[in-house]
Amino acid sequence: MANILVFAESRGGSVRKVAFELLTAARSVAAGGEVHAILAGAPGIAAQASSLSKFGAVAVLVTEHPSLSAYNAESLAALVSDRAKSGGYRAVLFSASAQGKDLAPRVAARLGVPMAADSLSVAFDGDATVVTHYVYAGKIIATLRLAAIPAVVALRPGAIAAVESSGAGRIESIPPVGDPSTSRVQVTESIRGDSRKLDLSDAPVIVSGGRGLKAAEHFKLVEDLAAAFGNAAVGATRAVTDEGWRPHSDQIGQTGRQVSPDLYVAVGISGAIQHLAGMRTSRTIVAINKDKDAPIFKIADYGIVGDVFEVVPALTAAIKEAKAKG
Amino acid sequence: MKIAVCIKRVPEMDVKFRIAPSGVAVDETGLKFDMSDFDGYAVEFALQTTERLGTGEVVVISLGPDVVQETLRKALSMGVARAVHLKADSVPADGFAIAQALAAELKEGGYDLILFGKHAADTASGTVGLMAAELLGIPMVQACTKLSFADGKGTARREVEGGAEIVAFALPAAASIDEGIARPRYPSLKGIMAAKKKPMDVKPAQLGAARLTIMKLALPPERQAGRIIGEGAATVPELVRLLRDEAKVL
Repeated sequence: MANILVFAESRGGSVRKVAFELLTAARSVAAGGEVHAILAGAPGIAAQASSLSKFGAVAVLVTEHPSLSAYNAESLAALVSDRAKSGGYRAVLFSASAQGKDLAPRVAARLGVPMAADSLSVAFDGDATVVTHYVYAGKIIATLRLAAIPAVVALRPGAIAAVESSGAGRIESIPPVGDPSTSRVQVTESIRGDSRKLDLSDAPVIVSGGRGLKAAEHFKLVEDLAAAFGNAAVGATRAVTDEGWRPHSDQIGQTGRQVSPDLYVAVGISGAIQHLAGMRTSRTIVAINKDKDAPIFKIADYGIVGDVFEVVPALTAAIKEAKAKG
Repeated sequence: MKIAVCIKRVPEMDVKFRIAPSGVAVDETGLKFDMSDFDGYAVEFALQTTERLGTGEVVVISLGPDVVQETLRKALSMGVARAVHLKADSVPADGFAIAQALAAELKEGGYDLILFGKHAADTASGTVGLMAAELLGIPMVQACTKLSFADGKGTARREVEGGAEIVAFALPAAASIDEGIARPRYPSLKGIMAAKKKPMDVKPAQLGAARLTIMKLALPPERQAGRIIGEGAATVPELVRLLRDEAKVL
């Protein structure tokens, strides 16, 4: 039996999907112990607590403060490490998201323990914790043993599918640790992408474009296909973001985002290993490329050899039609 | 501005790795090693910053066996003033153990800014910089794509899911460097010659206890071999059928 603390991240006043994934993972290792979630944000964030209960949080610990409306690294590190100490948890879980990658090492250092980063799985083995983690550009998978309690683990977004759990949880209010408005690192501006667009880690489908599109304006083909799916985000290769065709934040690969959607459509992407490292765990991969020898075809479940300027518009039309039929 | 940059020596990634007989390391035979890419951006950014200010000093620090001196020497040839080699038999998998050694070295250094790469190319963990900053008790901004300084304060841009954040922080501070900030220069012949005479301070690394260890390395499960289902737009109806009936993703 092991009580687990989960950092339930939110942005713009909403809980992110990764929090539900963490609760699902926590339940799978808790072995009868309780799963607690910590939720922090601007006043009003408490209204989101019930969504965490639905995914199995027996207790949701809510901290509200105006200076927690944006991600507040130092204040959250103090809050989570304090609670981890006083609560006697077996493990503290984070998502390996922009927030979790920043927060988890801070919390671990404050607790004086090592941590496991960007893990694909987590399991307990007595007092030790065993995780798996990609190393060497995704070419090797390492099984790591963490001999410390609490075990601080960051789980890769999408590595574990969120599953609801019945039962209601209690909601407790806990005060911030120190004054969040005096943190030495403060977010002064949040720049939102197009809010209608799904984020790469939230989207069940990702349509991604590579150098085969030849010019920035041809990304419209990729955007149109993503729009036809209706639940798709747009990604890109490093070559494309280096060219400035797409923002750096869209880059999928070893040095960019690592994604595991249900469906990944690679448009004009040759399949350099650095790119494969960011998407090879996708459930189904479709590749469209004019070069039949492109490495992407070695891992694609369904490959079409052809001109992206002909195949992609045809696919967009066909997906629209299929979606219209329901 | 006095800047420290912590760098790591890693193998180049464009190869097929083999697992060593021990099962917990890669076979290093034939591998080429270099500075981890994000660390290179950090070194370049540090050099550009002191060059722009016309004052200050850049120091590089690396932990590991004697071979890391090659990587430190490369940074010196780019224009870094001096290097510190924290000597250890190997680089542990435990980022906290490393952070403790770095913090012990950095503590008395009087640095205004301590830079790291966003993560090392081999382990892709990105924990050491944040942990070291916590141990030093200084502010830290992780994964910066822009970084500037004025009046003893820093401003950074971080890419986050679906957007970006602009972050303000006080100096002295630590930061880790993401792509897009600076492309590392190639060392000039003059730089390479000068690097040979620059100081390299060698000390034992004061590593913490290693509590994160590698149990096993394995090749990831192969995806089912790829399948080309046809050529050209005429194949689209078959693709849609497979996505609907076989993959069940429509």
